[in-house]
Amino acid sequence: MATKPFTYDISRGFLPGHRACAGCGQAAAVRMVMEIAAPNCVVTNATGCLEVFSTPYPESAWGVPWLHSLFENSASIASGVEAALRKQGRLENTRVLAFGGDGGTVDIGFGALSGMLERGHDILYVCYDNEAYMNTGVQRSGATPYAASTTTSPAGRASFGEDHPKKNLPAICAAHGIPYVATASMAFFADLKRKVRKALGIRGPKYIHVHVPCPPGWGYPEKDTVEIGKLAVETGLFPLVEWEDGEVTRVRKIKRLPVEEYLKPQRRFRHLFRTEEGKAKLAEIQAIADSNIEKYGLAG
Amino acid sequence: MSTSQASNRRKPPFAVVTRPGSSLRNKTGPWGIQKPVWDWEKCTGCNTCEAICPEGCIRHLEKKQYEADYDYCKGCGMCAAACPVNAITMTTEHR
Amino acid sequence: MRKMIEGSRAVAEAVALCRPDVISAYPITPQTHIVEDLSQMVADGQLDAEYIRVESEHSAASACLGAVAAGSRAYSATTSQGMMLMIEVLYNIAGMRLPLVITGVNRALSAPLSIWNDQQDTMGIRDTGWLQLYAENSQDALDMHIQAYKIAEDDRVLLPVMVCMDGFVLTHTYESVDMPEQEQVDAFLPRYNPLYRLDPEDPYTLGAFVGPEAYHEVRYVLQQDCLGAKEVVKEVARDFQKAFGRWSGDVIDTYHCDDAETIVVALGTLVGTLKDWVDARRAEGQKVGVVKLRCFRPFPGEELVEAVSGAKQVVVLEKAVSVGAQGIVASELRSALYGKATVPVACSFVGLGGRDITFDTIDEACKRAGDGETEFFAGLRTEVLEEA
Repeated sequence: MATKPFTYDISRGFLPGHRACAGCGQAAAVRMVMEIAAPNCVVTNATGCLEVFSTPYPESAWGVPWLHSLFENSASIASGVEAALRKQGRLENTRVLAFGGDGGTVDIGFGALSGMLERGHDILYVCYDNEAYMNTGVQRSGATPYAASTTTSPAGRASFGEDHPKKNLPAICAAHGIPYVATASMAFFADLKRKVRKALGIRGPKYIHVHVPCPPGWGYPEKDTVEIGKLAVETGLFPLVEWEDGEVTRVRKIKRLPVEEYLKPQRRFRHLFRTEEGKAKLAEIQAIADSNIEKYGLAG
Repeated sequence: MSTSQASNRRKPPFAVVTRPGSSLRNKTGPWGIQKPVWDWEKCTGCNTCEAICPEGCIRHLEKKQYEADYDYCKGCGMCAAACPVNAITMTTEHR
Repeated sequence: MRKMIEGSRAVAEAVALCRPDVISAYPITPQTHIVEDLSQMVADGQLDAEYIRVESEHSAASACLGAVAAGSRAYSATTSQGMMLMIEVLYNIAGMRLPLVITGVNRALSAPLSIWNDQQDTMGIRDTGWLQLYAENSQDALDMHIQAYKIAEDDRVLLPVMVCMDGFVLTHTYESVDMPEQEQVDAFLPRYNPLYRLDPEDPYTLGAFVGPEAYHEVRYVLQQDCLGAKEVVKEVARDFQKAFGRWSGDVIDTYHCDDAETIVVALGTLVGTLKDWVDARRAEGQKVGVVKLRCFRPFPGEELVEAVSGAKQVVVLEKAVSVGAQGIVASELRSALYGKATVPVACSFVGLGGRDITFDTIDEACKRAGDGETEFFAGLRTEVLEEA
């Protein structure tokens, strides 16, 4: 097929040539967010996979003004950017977005995020949650799910992996009483884009927590990123919820698939399928999903 | 730069700023061996492949026609796996 | 206009005269009066600035970083533990070449906890790439802030500047200062015109990841520009004198050094005490002089060598300890003198954690230096050590 050459305009915000792993859920999610947000925006970015794979000097995959400083201060530098744009009269036409991974958001950047939300800055914070410190080699974070094996919460003869449930950061953000909080998944791209569009239409602090499967970190074939993402939602382990002014206003109903369908294809959970004790853990994980289904009314 | 048209000013210090979209020089196509090929007869035009591509290198030509830019496609196969009508085949014989 | 005001107030008014767009700070003693005064000015509508009340010093520095990257003039102030929490961001601001100005109020470091003055905090961030100016009195502190923005924002510099002022000794004492008029400051310091900023019309990437193929060169350029900033500090001091009619030194200042046999080197308010001490001892016939190290970063090695080479001995009074090594200023001065002059340099640690530095302390330091000691603590209270 002889077709005209491909061209890429920086107005799309996020461009090819970045160095994300093949099948990266985060890169896909960033594209979806930028499709809505670009070009009239400024992005701040915490240290992590996204920052490293998108800006190895002298290359940048960004088509919008983009600022990286440190691991834990994406929300703080965004606060300063927002204040400066307001003072300069540029905030009317420019959206400020702050990006971070789960480590940079749920753990080390948690205080900075809370401060940003509490102060009422007109910023959309997007957390790309791949459930561990992937950039440094799959170490456990506060967003790592129960019983997942990571390099610092490894499964072994005396351990079933991570021994605490995933921190519910979206609910904590909602507890700040901010106008809009949502969870989303890159596997439900229309839903994610709708939420980004909705958030950018609201003035004030907004938070979107996006589930982004990671082929090397979770241990599944890279082609299956969308499928794995869908299963996390359809089992009830990653509920898609929206909060407005602190109250749940909308959820996505699910098929209520058994959690094994989501867990079994992933290397990080395979130890659960090898022993009787592991099966008991599977029951505990099913209980977490059931609790989510009950709490948010996910059953269709 | 927009804020300083005067030519007598120095350039930004070395490596402090990077030009937008300069990643385009990094052709990631050679990362993968298999590439997606579309069967436009089967394609329904649902746009899933374009929407989920982590590279952003799939384009919509017409109603039910898509194609990938093999200069950047890493061959992950997400598009083929996610296509609801199996209109995409991953193959090494794509040229 | 002359007025009798607190040092913190003088700094707050000077900062306001510089018209910062964004202020972000976190309260910590004894920096508080500065940021309280600025908050009140914003609350009263006297100062048109965005004031971001952050949840930590790390975020204060970060918010300022974001504001400057977006093209605004920004300001913060901190001290001691707060400065330690900022350190990661301070390196980052310098590396990103963002011309922020921060007041570094000088206070001891914990443990043990102390809110009192010494200079261990600002000395501890000397390798960050920030320029550092040390104020002798309130007028100096006031003037330095106006000069600091001019230096930092110069295209040849593009580095952050910290104006260091001794906690309580300066921040909480009242002195008569000459406060410039807004028109004078506006003429001296035009609105910030950034060389680059975050702008969707011209969307640059700031803060890229740099590999071994270029990082070495990035650091080289940073070092060259920081060293080169010395000439800009001098130039701005001269321009300031022309505009405001005051001179308090550029990178260093000297007091009775021409014929001095003993020259004492110090930073900050201690210089004022030393000038009185020089007057007193010269009245007794002792040939002593003082070098005020006004700009510590970049380090004015050549100027110091020229100032002290004719003396028989140099005594550096240090309000900071590089624990496990030597006095910081003394070792840098010795290094500058190496191969150029043979004057001996002694280091006396003084006034840590707010201990008063009296004429007796200074006399003790000079005597022990004359006796051949090279590194020692002056003014030690033996009864306290014995009790322990």
